[in-house]
This record gives sequence, structure tokens and C-alpha cells, in this order.
Amino acid sequence: MHKLIRQILKTGILPRLPSRRRDAVLETGAPGPSLTDEIGRALAVRHVDTGSCNGCELEIQALGNAVYNLAALGVHLVASPRHADVLLVTGPVARAMADPLRTAYEAVPNPKRVVALGDCACGCGVYTANYATVGAVSPVIPVDLAIPGCPPSPEVIREAFQALMRPRLRGSGIRGLMRRFMARDG
Amino acid sequence: MTDHDPRSAPAWSRLPGPLPVNHAWVDARLWREIAARCHAEDGRLGSLWGSDERPTGSGFVVHAILVSQEGWHWISLKAGDTNPRFPTLSDLFPEAARQERALFDLLGIGSGAPDTRPWLRHEVWGPADFPLRRDRADAPPAARGADPYPFVPVRGEGVHEIAVGPIHAGTIEPGHFRFSVMGDEILRLEARLGYTHKGVAKRFEAMPLATGARLAGRVCGDSTAAYAGAYAMAVEAVSGCAPPPRALWLRALLFERERVANHLGDLGALCQDGGLAFGLTQFGLLKERWLETHRRLFGHRYLMDVIVPGGVACDLDATALGLLESEGTAVLETTRRLEDIVDDHAGLQERFLGAGRLDRAQARALGAVGLAARASGIACDLRALWPSPPYDALGTRVSTRTGGDVAARVGVRFDEIRESLRLIQAILAQLPPGPVCAPCDRAEGLLGLGAVEGWRGRILVAITRARTSGDHHVHIHDPSWQNWPLLERAAPGDLVPDFPLINKSFNLAYSGLDL
Repeated sequence: MHKLIRQILKTGILPRLPSRRRDAVLETGAPGPSLTDEIGRALAVRHVDTGSCNGCELEIQALGNAVYNLAALGVHLVASPRHADVLLVTGPVARAMADPLRTAYEAVPNPKRVVALGDCACGCGVYTANYATVGAVSPVIPVDLAIPGCPPSPEVIREAFQALMRPRLRGSGIRGLMRRFMARDG
Repeated sequence: MTDHDPRSAPAWSRLPGPLPVNHAWVDARLWREIAARCHAEDGRLGSLWGSDERPTGSGFVVHAILVSQEGWHWISLKAGDTNPRFPTLSDLFPEAARQERALFDLLGIGSGAPDTRPWLRHEVWGPADFPLRRDRADAPPAARGADPYPFVPVRGEGVHEIAVGPIHAGTIEPGHFRFSVMGDEILRLEARLGYTHKGVAKRFEAMPLATGARLAGRVCGDSTAAYAGAYAMAVEAVSGCAPPPRALWLRALLFERERVANHLGDLGALCQDGGLAFGLTQFGLLKERWLETHRRLFGHRYLMDVIVPGGVACDLDATALGLLESEGTAVLETTRRLEDIVDDHAGLQERFLGAGRLDRAQARALGAVGLAARASGIACDLRALWPSPPYDALGTRVSTRTGGDVAARVGVRFDEIRESLRLIQAILAQLPPGPVCAPCDRAEGLLGLGAVEGWRGRILVAITRARTSGDHHVHIHDPSWQNWPLLERAAPGDLVPDFPLINKSFNLAYSGLDL
């Protein structure tokens, strides 16, 4: 036990992560992505992989590490879509996953948001629509926030969750969000 | 290489590239004979797949790669133009069974094996629609119907089934597990995968070999360096391209760094599943810093697009080498300290010891490869058995454990982190000077094979009909083809709540297998 405690003390308390990203580009449709206004509490997120290579999953997992500490933002990943406010979808939509994705979407109570994470979920990425792949997420279920990247870095994903939780000040939808992002980062 | 009359003895021809691969066209009788001989010599099936070569007059072709002490043998069998068939190898090599089912789903080449359930199809396309046939119209399939999949049932009083997936509870890839349980005890586990099938082979057909590297690095996100490396090796083999020595050494550096990253991540998750959240925090932090070094020095946290046919798209200066060296020393020191804590932690060891046990005989019978095989006492590792440069100069020490349980797989992971860190320091010290890439844009050969010992095991990439652009076929083989049945064998007898731990100790691929 003393070794364990010594290692904890040696690691220390990591500083809060400052926002370093200036190139974050988020695309969103109506309604505005901020959800905390409507539900008045922290976000519960259900992740659904519809055909990802596992790269985006690794970055979602990394969000939980001591550096990004997603839980400190008030975001937690939940096991059931019924407990979720946000559906976080990764990968191009493989045809065998289209129905499970719809089922999961319908199980999320309203109000809800869908976040398409990564180039594949946003626009099919290196893959193409074919006999086995439907394409991006948006033809299957409506997408509120798209986070490009292959995979998007944990910092960008963290920023996106902050956007989902930011109080809606003025303007909503894509313009408001973009304006806020520019003001914040640029 | 020319087509040869296969009725007599096989005419082996050595394929170019660092692997000792001999190829031959065979008839059905030789197909079985060569496979049976390989089996008798304790060899294994590397991979089994098919291609539609009707445009070049060879009809449907089935390929198998057999790996034995004798070396690597790639046999190709013409299965006919209409109603193509070939003799199954699944009676010799159980790992062939699902590969043969996938082959039928994609190309309609029947093996005659008793299990004819679809593997990849999932009722997404029709039973008489074979998407990899080159004359198939590129139209989306008709609306899918119901998808009843007959899992093998367990009968008896008190037995019930737990169906899990395709969407799992955690942040992991989709697949379905069907547990037959009695109380909390697992009696049988059957996996059904293929949910993330994206038509990768079809996608490769539409891409020139050079651009295909981008796709190869994106079919299994935790093994991008190993996949891109195996792909580059195969393209170089058909292009008569010899990458410069510095490129090969840098690739080995990337393979070993990828291995360390995954082992660190999995050890953290194993501690978490075993009830020691401290481990997740500590290993998570080590992995995070390791990945940030990737981003700084190689431009990508998971090393995508760094390995390209002909060499690598990165180089390291003296500062970078120094940074990598000191990082390696620091990670070794911390990992040793953490290993000590894990070894001493009674609660964790109680969960690890004996869980998900797979003995050597079972592992051998199922054709186990990679990390899981080594934890069951089978010393198979490409880096040591068939070392391609620079591994021939480095000398890899293969770690094996005999326990075959979660503890053994944890032990092998710790050993392999240490060994990879040793290899990394050796590579940094001996990195040869010179260019890092050679031109690799003219496919001259027909067949090429690449193989890399990824962190899970042996990843293969085979290219056929490379010279005729548009007719080429790229086949990717993930070691999870061999190792998913291991998990299904290791879980019975354990309790359902131990399954996540057992599963994580293997951590097998979905996307890399489903393709």
C-alpha cells in the first residue's frame, strides 16, 4: 500500500487543462447545440460505434484520463441510451448498424442531441457508401453537432462538449455557435 | 510467376520481399494434401480468402497461407467460373471455419463445411448476392429483412441465455455475445461479429495501391502502424521496391511504440475492471503522454499515415532521438513501479489468477497467435521466428507464460512493454543514416505478402493481381480471426461478472476483423 500511496503523491495533482485549440471547427444545424439550458444539469452521453475503426473510441476513452478529465466538466458516459441526453456516434454507418443506431436514438429521451464524432461519422471519411456502408450519420438520424478529425483530438471533443453545455447567450444554430467559438478561440 | 499445371507436384516460386514465402497454384487434391502436411508438421493456417479473377481468365480463386517450421506457403486454387467450390480446411484448422463463411458471403465460393450460417452478411444483402463479384452492379442492396441467427443453444434445466450487443455498455466496438448461463456461471459463449463490415476489400479495388495506404491505416485504429506497415510491405513486394534501411528501422520504432501504447492502455483498463481505479489513472497518464509524443514527433497520436509504401513519411533529428530515449527510460521506470504495485495487490491478483484460463493444448488446437498464444505458452512471434530487418539485427526476446489466464496475459503485456522499450533504445542507438523513402509506384509483380507482428499478433496483407490496376485485390487478415474463438473457449466456467476482465485481457479487434 505504501508504494501505491507514494506513486499517487509522486503523480501529484495535474493542472486544469487550458484551451489551446484555435483551429476547432464545428458544424451544427438547428436547434442550437446547448442542451444544459433545457435540462438544467450535467450531460449524460451514450456512445454508439456504427463502424468506426476504433480510433475515435480510443480518443473518447482518453477523455477520461487525468489530463482531459471529462467528468470534471460534468459529462459522463452512460451504459444505456435511456439514461442519456446525448448520443455520441462514431464511424461510417455500416448497414448492419443502421437499425441498432435508430433504436438507440429512439431510446434517448427528449430533449436530446446527436453528436457525430470524427470524419467518418461526419462525412464517411476514407470510406464510401457501398453495399455494406450507408454513409455518414446524418442520413440515418439527425445530427446536431459534427466534430471532424481522424480521429478528433480529445481537446477538440472536450471543446465540443463545452459548447453543448454553454448557456445560450445570443443567437442559436450554426452562426451563434461559430461566433462563440471564434470569440473564444480567436 | 506463371500458372502451372497443378496436377503434378506443386511448382513453388519464391515471392519477393523479406518474408520466406513460396507460392504455388494447386488443384483440389494438392490443396488438401499441402494443408494436411502443414497440419501434421504442427503448422498453422495464416489466412484464407478468395478473389474474383474471372476478368483475367482464372475464374474464382481461393488462397490460403500456411505457416510452419518449413516457412510460409501460399497456395492458390482455381475454384471455377460458375458454382465455384473448394475443399474446406476447417476440419484441419478450426480457425478456417469463419473465414470460409465470410468467403462465401462475399464471393459465393462454397467450402462444403457443415456450418453454413452467414458470418458477414447479416441479411444486409441477399443470400444470392455476392458483393465482391466484379460483375455485381454497384447498387445498394435491397431493404434488409429479419435477421434470425441460430446461435448454438445449450439445453437443460435452469439454463438461460444472456444476449449482449451489438451496442455494448462501454466505449467499445459493436458485436454480439450470446452467453448460455446457469446462474452466474458461463456454460457457453458464442460471438457474432461482422456488424462493422464496411466493404473494405471493395473499397481497396477502387483505390490505386499508393493511396490504399491511407485506408490500410484506418481499418483498425489501435494498430495503424502495424496495418500500414504490413500493407507497405506487400506493395513493396509487388513493386520490387526496397525501402531504405533507415525507413525500416523507423518503422520498427513505430511498431514498438504502438505496442507499448496499447499495452499501457489495456493494463489500465484491466486494473479498472479488477477494481483498482488507481491503475487506470496511472497507466492512462503514461499512455496519454506517450501519445502526445507521437503527435509532436510524428504528427499523429495513433501514427496514421506515417508509414507509406516505399518508406516512412517522417524523420527524426538528434533532439527527437534524445527525447524518445529519455521518455523510454522514464516510462520503463514508472512501469516497473506500477508492475510492483499490481503484483503486490492481493485484490487484483485474486481477480486475475485463474480467470479466463486457456491451456496450451486448447490454444494450440485453435491456432492461437500473438499475445494470447504467448500467454498460453506458445512462443510464436514473427519478430523472433521470421525476423525481417531490422528485427534480424535486434534479436527479440519472446515472452511466454504458461498460466493461460488473465494474470498470464497481464504478465506478458508487462514483459512486452519492457522488451519493446529495450528494442526502442536499441533502435535509437543504431538508427542508420540516409533517406527515409524510396519510389514505390510501379507494380510489376502479381502477388505480394506483408506481415507485421502487431500488438495483438500477426497481421497479414496480401495483394493479388497487383499489376493489372482495377483487377487487384487486397486482403487484410487480423489475428483476431484466430483469437476470438480462444475467448469463447476461455470464458466458460467463469462467472458472467468476470467476462469484461477476461475480454479485456484479450482485447480483440472488431473493425479489423469485420472489414
